[in-house]
Amino acid sequence: MKVSVTVNGGEIAAEVADRTLLVHFLRDVAGLTATNVGCDTSSCGACTVLLDGSSVKSCTVLAAQADGRAVTTVEGLTDGSGQLHPLQRAFRAEHGLQCGFCTPGMVMASVSLLAENPAPTEEEVRTALEGNLCRCTGYHNIVRAVLAAASERRSS
Amino acid sequence: MSILGTRVVRTEDPRLLTVGGTYVDDLRVPELEQAARVTFVRSPVAHALITGIDTSAAEEAEGVVAVLTVSDMDDLPPPPPDSGLTGTEGAPLPLGGHWSEPLLAVDKVRFVGEPVAIVITDDRYQGEDAAELVSVDYQPLDAVVGFDEGLASESLLFPPAGSNIAVSTGMPTEGAAFEGCEVVVEEMITNQRLAPVPLEGRAVAARWADGKLTVWVSTQNAQIARFILAGALGLDPASIRVVAPDVGGGFGAKVGVDRDALIVAWAAKHTGRAMRWAETRSENLLSMTHGRAQRHRIKIGGRPDGRILAYRIEIVQDSGAYARMGGFLPFLTCLMASGPYDIGQVETGYQVVVTNAAPISAYRGAGRPEATAAIERAVDLFAAEIGMDPAEVRRINLIPADKFPFTTPCGATYDTGDYVSALDKVLAGAGYAELRAEQARRRERGDVLQLGIGLASYVEITAADADGGEAARLVVHDDGTATAYTGSSAHGQGHHTAWAMLVEAELGIPMDKVTVIHGDTDLMPAGVGTHASRSLQLGGVAVQKAAVEVKDQARRLAADMLEASEADLELDVERGIWQVRGDPATSMTWAQVAAYAGDAGLTAEVNYTDGKPTFPFGTHLAVTEVDTETGKVRLVRHVTVDDAGTVLNPVLTEGQRHGGIAQGVAQALLEEMVYDPEGNPVTSTLVDYAFVSAAELPSFELLVSETPATINPLGAKGIGEAGTIGATPAVQNSVIDAVSHLGIRHIDMPLTPARVWAAISEARQGR
Repeated sequence: MKVSVTVNGGEIAAEVADRTLLVHFLRDVAGLTATNVGCDTSSCGACTVLLDGSSVKSCTVLAAQADGRAVTTVEGLTDGSGQLHPLQRAFRAEHGLQCGFCTPGMVMASVSLLAENPAPTEEEVRTALEGNLCRCTGYHNIVRAVLAAASERRSS
Repeated sequence: MSILGTRVVRTEDPRLLTVGGTYVDDLRVPELEQAARVTFVRSPVAHALITGIDTSAAEEAEGVVAVLTVSDMDDLPPPPPDSGLTGTEGAPLPLGGHWSEPLLAVDKVRFVGEPVAIVITDDRYQGEDAAELVSVDYQPLDAVVGFDEGLASESLLFPPAGSNIAVSTGMPTEGAAFEGCEVVVEEMITNQRLAPVPLEGRAVAARWADGKLTVWVSTQNAQIARFILAGALGLDPASIRVVAPDVGGGFGAKVGVDRDALIVAWAAKHTGRAMRWAETRSENLLSMTHGRAQRHRIKIGGRPDGRILAYRIEIVQDSGAYARMGGFLPFLTCLMASGPYDIGQVETGYQVVVTNAAPISAYRGAGRPEATAAIERAVDLFAAEIGMDPAEVRRINLIPADKFPFTTPCGATYDTGDYVSALDKVLAGAGYAELRAEQARRRERGDVLQLGIGLASYVEITAADADGGEAARLVVHDDGTATAYTGSSAHGQGHHTAWAMLVEAELGIPMDKVTVIHGDTDLMPAGVGTHASRSLQLGGVAVQKAAVEVKDQARRLAADMLEASEADLELDVERGIWQVRGDPATSMTWAQVAAYAGDAGLTAEVNYTDGKPTFPFGTHLAVTEVDTETGKVRLVRHVTVDDAGTVLNPVLTEGQRHGGIAQGVAQALLEEMVYDPEGNPVTSTLVDYAFVSAAELPSFELLVSETPATINPLGAKGIGEAGTIGATPAVQNSVIDAVSHLGIRHIDMPLTPARVWAAISEARQGR
């Protein structure tokens, strides 16, 4: 079937098998490999992207379901001038990543969290990120990064 | 001021945060453009004879290039002979001979998930369809599950071996060691089977062209992977290039290269078509190696005044279906059995059994978390028996700071340490007295939420394989930049940042002009890689020594250029400028010196070893709240000292500690790889396997302590595994402490609500 998705502002149209998952559409058709697959049960969140602004696990969405809609991946967070998004900056400043595999999904889930709750408490951040797993950081610095980005945004 | 020891954010991060890393499955290199997809057909039964494989239906399916079974593997060298070392301490594995592990299963399967056949297709979805069509006839055999069946079952995994016990050291007979102990406590405890679950599972791509095999693999050790590939496929190592691109976590389970990846590499060579495979999470949980899986019978004895005099540990190691590293882990556990304590009599011994489960190998700590969990439980049992505060018992028995280097009865020589100070720092930092007072108040009130305070003091061994050393090559280019090639292989630790800091500190070439290259055997044929917390103390020192050599070369060249004597030349490290001492007008840049070096270049190659391991140490304190009505546990605080010698970059060491603590907490409270009595895994997805999330953890409280190592110039010890070693017993002790007033002395891990509730119920009924 023909699927057309606006990915990071540009339209990607392709003929794909009906059962194509959005994450494979992004990786294999759009050529954007930052979004990773970390499980097969929608548990780990490595594949988290924004679909019309809301976070979804793209391993559990068919490409067909994204037809005519807009997807943002971590590759689309940086603005035209190459300036990092506040969350990208905060993840680096707070050492919120190690191997980097969960990172694109973790950052996108955090973008979604701060859009819904611009001033979360530590506990709210931890609860909101429960569906995004990381094996390296113990979450300590991820939580700090999200809180720092929220704080920076409020003060700017 | 030197950059060493300062907080430097990582150079790796901008790429990982904007376009993502390039993991094996992300590779879009021309060599893999036509690569086919490999899908494994795996055993659905734990123990069975294979009586037939019919691939015909699968071969007819859409997109299928080939279906391969062991009958196609006619181009492999014979399996290694029996090492003949069964029964000796630290027997190197695999054992070979009767115990050999095949690539694709030969006539028999020994665990659910064992590879039986591969289906090669043009795309990934076709592979899953076609794999369903491969028909395998299994004649079931009695499954051997768990420690007791491993020891006693008459069903044998390897009938020609005559036993399921692969290695046995025997135990010293009981007797003399505990004579004179007025207090003796015994317990049987289990250190449960865990799944490593790196977020990136196993992945490999391979291409055979022009007599050369190129293998891109998610590994901690490209060079070791090349060695294993060469042996398994019967190739000259020189005809193999291994590339480790970005690696999404390893935790010991990606040391070298394992069976599934060898099969894919073989298939690429056998068919001539490039192949790629990235496992699903279910495959990962079924058939990547697992960790831990030891059962301990512990016995501790001493005096009522708190002095411990004797300790004994008998280990059964469940190695899973094949005795890979499972035979080595209990050796390390025995080496570290007495932990940070000065105990006169220590007895150890182990048996390694094969069972119908996934093979056991290294998992963050590899033998040392097991040792620490056992002795730290034993110390708490002893403290409870004599009615003394467990902190006090530790203080009485910790090896004093003036006794280093200290050789234990187990044969380890601890290099440097100040164990009592680590304990005291943690007690002060946590506010121990006030925590005990709060605990007493809650007990007095009979609160539903009881408070637990758990301690674990530990010492561990890092760079246990220091003899192998580590390689580095440093080149300064004529544009003033430098390239550091390293045998250490990063998979999240931050080597690129750390090694660039070392070059800047030594040469004054700024970090952003230093490129670090690892994980490509064509560019760096020598090397060992990253495991055993060895990188900085071996690989980092190698880079530093290469920098010193380059500096010596540059000094000679600069002296020649400036017609000055070498002794008068100095490097202004702040500016990265060579000059005659006290005469800035004579300045020469690195670019000028490198250009002057000409074709000879400005380069040094070092293979460094100090020949000895180092022994980091620390204390963890965990505060838990236990709901005595439901058994639910909440970790409230976790306070630690992890002393790994001189710190190069606190940002990186803190990250290592955080991650290790989380995994350690997860073992204590949540995670267990469970098999049913027929050998079926029941935790084979992330829905069932209780991987720890942010919601189940607090922020951690890290205290600083740096007792330098003396055997390497950086003063460094390893930090990668401290967290899993210290955190697990601290949390376990904390939960048991919370309910100890009910008479509870031990609960096995993981401390799930069901287990804690059952222990509380039993204790209350017993009154």
